[in-house]
Amino acid sequence: MQKVYANADEALDGLLKDGMLIAAGGFGLCGIPELLIDAIVKSGVRNLTVASNNCGVDGFGLGKLLDTKQISKMMSSYVGENTEFMRQYLSGELELEFNPQGTLAERMRAGGAGIPGFYTKTGVGTQIAEGKEVKSFDGEDYILERGIFADLSIVKAWKADDTGNLVFRKTARNFNPPAAMCGRVCVAEVEEIVPRGSLDPDLIHLPGIYVHRIVQGQHEKRIEQRTTRKKETA
Amino acid sequence: MPSEMKGWDRNQMAERAAQELEDGMYVNLGIGIPTLVANYVGDKDITLQSENGMLGMGPFPYEGEEDPDLINAGKQTITELSRTSYFDSAMSFGMIRGGKIAAAILGAMEVAENGDLANWMIPGKLVKGMGGAMDLVAGVGRVIVVMDHTNKAGESKLLKTCTLPLTGKGVVDRIITNLGVLDVVPGGLKIVETADGVTEDELRAATEATIVS
Repeated sequence: MQKVYANADEALDGLLKDGMLIAAGGFGLCGIPELLIDAIVKSGVRNLTVASNNCGVDGFGLGKLLDTKQISKMMSSYVGENTEFMRQYLSGELELEFNPQGTLAERMRAGGAGIPGFYTKTGVGTQIAEGKEVKSFDGEDYILERGIFADLSIVKAWKADDTGNLVFRKTARNFNPPAAMCGRVCVAEVEEIVPRGSLDPDLIHLPGIYVHRIVQGQHEKRIEQRTTRKKETA
Repeated sequence: MPSEMKGWDRNQMAERAAQELEDGMYVNLGIGIPTLVANYVGDKDITLQSENGMLGMGPFPYEGEEDPDLINAGKQTITELSRTSYFDSAMSFGMIRGGKIAAAILGAMEVAENGDLANWMIPGKLVKGMGGAMDLVAGVGRVIVVMDHTNKAGESKLLKTCTLPLTGKGVVDRIITNLGVLDVVPGGLKIVETADGVTEDELRAATEATIVS
């Protein structure tokens, strides 16, 4: 089976539908599928629900899909540092389902692992628990959270082989493996596609079974908060 | 004199918070003053967790050595150490929820005398989102809040009851402010110590929450 596609438009061909649920990898602007996001902007698909920890920043990453009003609902843990996201949410244009970050990650992982629900103590006694089943285990309360089953996953990895085995780099791994797992179809964009056999099988972070289409491309990899220290002088 | 002018400054609060950490601990530091705690751990063997998927967080990189693939939970560029490991977000919160992280030090908008914590939104005004804070306060061994004792209007941030949406219910163990250190105990807050130049009466006067002796 041929998994490698020439560009992001072709990699998404036939997969996009209005009203679909997309799970996206990335944390802030780190490890985001920028090429696939650009291709989704270009496609004009609308009324999307996107499960992603953040929604990019103004004008970059998933923020581009906010500018074009292609997203109608976000499932996220953090809105800060994105004025358009906050503006659309506060004005009621955008529906926002707040998820604690770990709950969001586990909902994706669970969906990918065939687990439709799980109990967690995160959020007990807060707004997050409203409307959710509470169950007591060994004297402590937990709330029921649902697994996420996405129509499409879009993720970014460092390297792939042509069978879809993925390797991530440093903290750019973040939400990418759980996001990849929870989609019916997963498209991965990578910095480099390497020949089969050149990745050490013991060091593969996500097996190719989770990855259906792969595209290689150039990434801008924008830095959100550039923090540095001065070299000590002798 | 407004109370935020009294007592410890940001760095002194961070230095005091660092005293809470013991050799061998795995610790998560929040954004803001808690991040400064890393500057004061000294010789203690502390491993910092960053919930975006890293154990063994190092200092900021030298100019020109920033790596966009290497950031902390505040999205700041950082570095790795010889002990560093990387993992995905599901595993990261697995270790948080699973109680493997000994302590979290984080900021707050409000803390109540029963240990309730609010730090993720002001309805209709400011929406940040909870990020990983709800998971952290529910899962880690010890929750230490570092914050100014009063808000910009001079009102106590240590309350009888939180007015803002909660991050966690009954989760805070210790509060370090510019005026001193307080523990959450049955019946209210207990003064552990006062900051330099702050009297116990001044601390009580600046606190709405019940102080038990």
